[in-house]
Amino acid sequence: MTNTVIWTIAIITVLGLVLALVLFLVAKKFKVEEDPRIDEVEKVMPGANCGGCGFAGCRAFSEAAVKSPDLEGIFCPVGGNDVMAKVASILGFEVKAKAPEVAVVRCNGTCEARPRVNEYDGFATCAVKSALYAGDTACAYGCLGCGDCVSACQFGALSMDPATGLPVVDEEKCTACGACVKACPKKIIELRQKGPRGMREFVSCVNKDKGPVAKKACANACIGCGLCAKTCIHDAITMAVNIAWIDSYKCKLCRECEAVCPTGAIHGVNFPKPLDKDAVKARIAERKKKAAEAKAAEAALIAEAAKEAAHE
Amino acid sequence: MSKLIVSPSPHIHSKDSTRSLMLDVVIALLPAVLCSFVFYGWKEILVMAVSVCSCLLLEWAITRFLLKKPSTLCDLSAVVTGILLGLNLPYTTPWWVVFIGAVVAIGVAKMTFGGLGQNIWNPALVGRVFLLVSFPTYMTTWSQPKSLFGLDAVTGPTPLGAINEGLMQGASVQDIMAQNGYDYGQMLFANLGGSAGEVCAIALLLGFVYLCVRRVIKPWITLSIFATVALTALIFWGVNPARFTGPVFNLLTGGLILGACFMATDYVTSPMSLWGGVVFGVGIGFLTMMIRYFGSYPEGVSFAILIMNSFVPLLNRAFHQKKYGR
Amino acid sequence: MSKSTFAIGGVHPHDNKLARDCRIEVLPPAPTMYVSVAQHLGAPALPVVEVGDKVKVGQVIAGPGGFVSTYVHAPVSGTVKSIGPRADLAGRPVTHIEIAVEGDEWMEGIDRSDNLVTEIPTDNQAIIEKIHSAGVVGLGGATFPTHIKLSPPPGSKCERVIINGCECEPYLTSDYRVLLEKGEQMVVGAAILAQVMGNVPCTVAIEENKPEAIAHIREVIAKLGFKNLEVMEMKMRYPQGSEKQLIDAVMHRQVRSGGLPISVGAVVQNVGTALAVYDAVQKNKPLIDNTITVTGECFPKQANLQVRVGTPFRYIIDFLGGMPADAAKVISGGPMMGKAVANLDAATLKGTSALLFLTEKQTRRAPESACIRCGKCADACPMGLEPFLLQKLSRIADTEALEANAAQDCIECGCCLYSCPAHIPLLDVIRTGKGLALGAIKARAAAAKAAAEAAKK
Repeated sequence: MTNTVIWTIAIITVLGLVLALVLFLVAKKFKVEEDPRIDEVEKVMPGANCGGCGFAGCRAFSEAAVKSPDLEGIFCPVGGNDVMAKVASILGFEVKAKAPEVAVVRCNGTCEARPRVNEYDGFATCAVKSALYAGDTACAYGCLGCGDCVSACQFGALSMDPATGLPVVDEEKCTACGACVKACPKKIIELRQKGPRGMREFVSCVNKDKGPVAKKACANACIGCGLCAKTCIHDAITMAVNIAWIDSYKCKLCRECEAVCPTGAIHGVNFPKPLDKDAVKARIAERKKKAAEAKAAEAALIAEAAKEAAHE
Repeated sequence: MSKLIVSPSPHIHSKDSTRSLMLDVVIALLPAVLCSFVFYGWKEILVMAVSVCSCLLLEWAITRFLLKKPSTLCDLSAVVTGILLGLNLPYTTPWWVVFIGAVVAIGVAKMTFGGLGQNIWNPALVGRVFLLVSFPTYMTTWSQPKSLFGLDAVTGPTPLGAINEGLMQGASVQDIMAQNGYDYGQMLFANLGGSAGEVCAIALLLGFVYLCVRRVIKPWITLSIFATVALTALIFWGVNPARFTGPVFNLLTGGLILGACFMATDYVTSPMSLWGGVVFGVGIGFLTMMIRYFGSYPEGVSFAILIMNSFVPLLNRAFHQKKYGR
Repeated sequence: MSKSTFAIGGVHPHDNKLARDCRIEVLPPAPTMYVSVAQHLGAPALPVVEVGDKVKVGQVIAGPGGFVSTYVHAPVSGTVKSIGPRADLAGRPVTHIEIAVEGDEWMEGIDRSDNLVTEIPTDNQAIIEKIHSAGVVGLGGATFPTHIKLSPPPGSKCERVIINGCECEPYLTSDYRVLLEKGEQMVVGAAILAQVMGNVPCTVAIEENKPEAIAHIREVIAKLGFKNLEVMEMKMRYPQGSEKQLIDAVMHRQVRSGGLPISVGAVVQNVGTALAVYDAVQKNKPLIDNTITVTGECFPKQANLQVRVGTPFRYIIDFLGGMPADAAKVISGGPMMGKAVANLDAATLKGTSALLFLTEKQTRRAPESACIRCGKCADACPMGLEPFLLQKLSRIADTEALEANAAQDCIECGCCLYSCPAHIPLLDVIRTGKGLALGAIKARAAAAKAAAEAAKK
């Protein structure tokens, strides 16, 4: 009995020692030399492995950051400027702050505004639905409502609103990683500047059809009338293929475009006060009137000058 | 006119559904169930009723209260498990033992893995094996049916049990067979002792043929089990008929037919490809015979199937369908 | 003679050939026709007419927009009203040429008589040119421009032309009616194709559920005396009419993954295409109409119609008595591979083979339940794939594994979804996986090409 116990202990001990030696030798032989800064960088990363930066995960990002000569084009949208500052300090760079962004859904074709004209009965993802056909409304550009963006979001920032059938972005949770932008087959989600205190203006529609067609499909559609572009004094609005687009870097948040839009396709969010359309319109009218008066005065002056010239 | 439906192709579907397939299995099991009722009477009806009802009840309760998912009772898979469990128990099993078997079958072997389609082992067999190791008294002393609706049958070991015991005492196979008066014809139509489902081999085979004709299952798993059992037994028996039992005896006893026709062919726990199925069947047949000849348990089909069940993911990986143009 | 069929998989849906005894009727053109410029696989055609132009039947209104592309002809005579985007059957905007019909004036040189021309011109290049300029495309479903298929890449040799008369899709009867009513013309068309491919033997493959057609075509071949033509009776099985499966069934050869049929010496053309080839070569008539089956249990009048390309669906439906109240789905094509129509104002294309009406009960999908690993999808797959595995890989978008498991070989026949007892939308999901695998292969090929070019420099 005692013999057995002793033998057992002895064998196990010897076995353990031998295996430990083998492990030690193997570890020594196959050791890979790595830049220790990769680990350091990885430690300050958010660790979501979302791929929003364009790399396979936080580890791959760290490797790329360490290799990069100047951190150009390397940005973690999730961690934002804080994380990038830390990364830069580890690697001995200076980093330029980037304006925070947020995902914006550019479709406001609610169930009421955009009636369903057929019924989809296939696998309920936007990818499958969009590969099959234009969608169950008359608008071939709008949200399909199957929530591919919701399932693509790793941060729980997106949810479907059952009342409108459209996705809603939770700005607190959104990290602007861009996963939803890639997931949306209709390309209606855009990463836009978050704006001061979250205030921003955007065109919530991507319908490229001509006005009457778009209007028939959806009451809230951008009909490409160009009123907003004509009104904007900051040159922030461009028109292309029957659709308006607001450049968030030029926009001064005057909300005039929002007031003049006939279909309500332009949305302003996070403004402290609701938009007083009449007041803004009155302001525009006032400005136009003044401009017209100024123009008339100028024309009169020119005419005067011409007259005088003719006299002489 | 209401709105048109739009969906990707195809736009029609075959009549098969999970429910219809399970219903076919229930129909195929009916002859065996009826035979067991005829031979064992109301006690067997009670066992079967407890088994089926508790399986259904457990499935409903688990989906309703634990998983909080829509009920899956309508796919009838719990009914199949219940019937198979009932057929795998002796009619003398007390109702609470049957209930424990159902708890293990549905609760542990099926729902823990995520319900139908996710389980690794055949639920009914897990239930049965659990009872076999936990309550050996109820599970190994089988009663022989004396007459139709005979109430007090003579209790005794199963043929395989008798052989196993006899061999241990040093008797030869021929002696034991002669002593017990085993007759192959009787085994085919009305077996001696054993679990309720083994009573009538013909009834089971009838169900198997029905399933094959309805294309619910493909016969290759079952046939390869039969072939392997027969071949292995033939070799061993040929070498030493005094120590080893013969092929016919092995085919007709110990729930081999029930196991090969209804348990090994369970969709979820069997390989999908033809050659995977054949390897699976050969493995079951061989393991069964090894357990019977050399194991301490007289019966090996259940264990053999459960062991081979564990290899199914590997078999599915190893054996693929022949691809077009490759 | 034993009946032939393909080696792997397949299903047996009920054939439901409701319109099999309806003679082909000629549908008069609608008052306004909408001719799409994307009637074929490949680059859309480019309009060559202007708004306000007067066009005659058979006049070219759009020319090829690339190498894989072809001509589009005016199906009617009248005035071009507009050229611009219009929703196709899927609701997507596609350029259409709108023509207001005025009279029925045909281009000169088109032989509109009924007399059969059996004399085949001897210049093969001229024949292919004629087929090209007549805008003939494969009418079996893929609408691949026929003249390209008839000009195999150098080094490949055709050994047999197969005329596909299987019509294995349930409900469809247009090919069957063409075989019965225009058998002579079809046979001459087949003979032309066989001659163009180098006087090779030609097999007309017809499924066993069309015995009248088999007998009739055999008779016609004997009567016209084409020695290299034969009829092969096929077992009834879906998807026999798929190119790869038909080659396997007729020649017992399999096209390797990513390869063309010509690599095993086969050229497959549909019955409708053979007829269009006859019209183009012997009658100078471009492809401006085709035969369409209008059918469905809930549809009051079954019919086989000869319809001009560009006829709005709604016009056809109204012509036959209007939309039935209980029709829940309209399908352009057969029930297995056809496209569900989202927009009834869309117009027919060259490749439109049927309008099928199904009730909600026939077509509504049952809710998806758990996979029971029965393997029925793998048994049904004619390409020998494992749909249960591919759908899982597709859902997690594992491109590498999808390619390793041959998702790119999927022919989208629908057998897997048809046979799945758990009603899992296998094909819906696998299509996206197939796209991923094909994308990866294409990207690799492009990268290899770029690397080769870089190496050259």
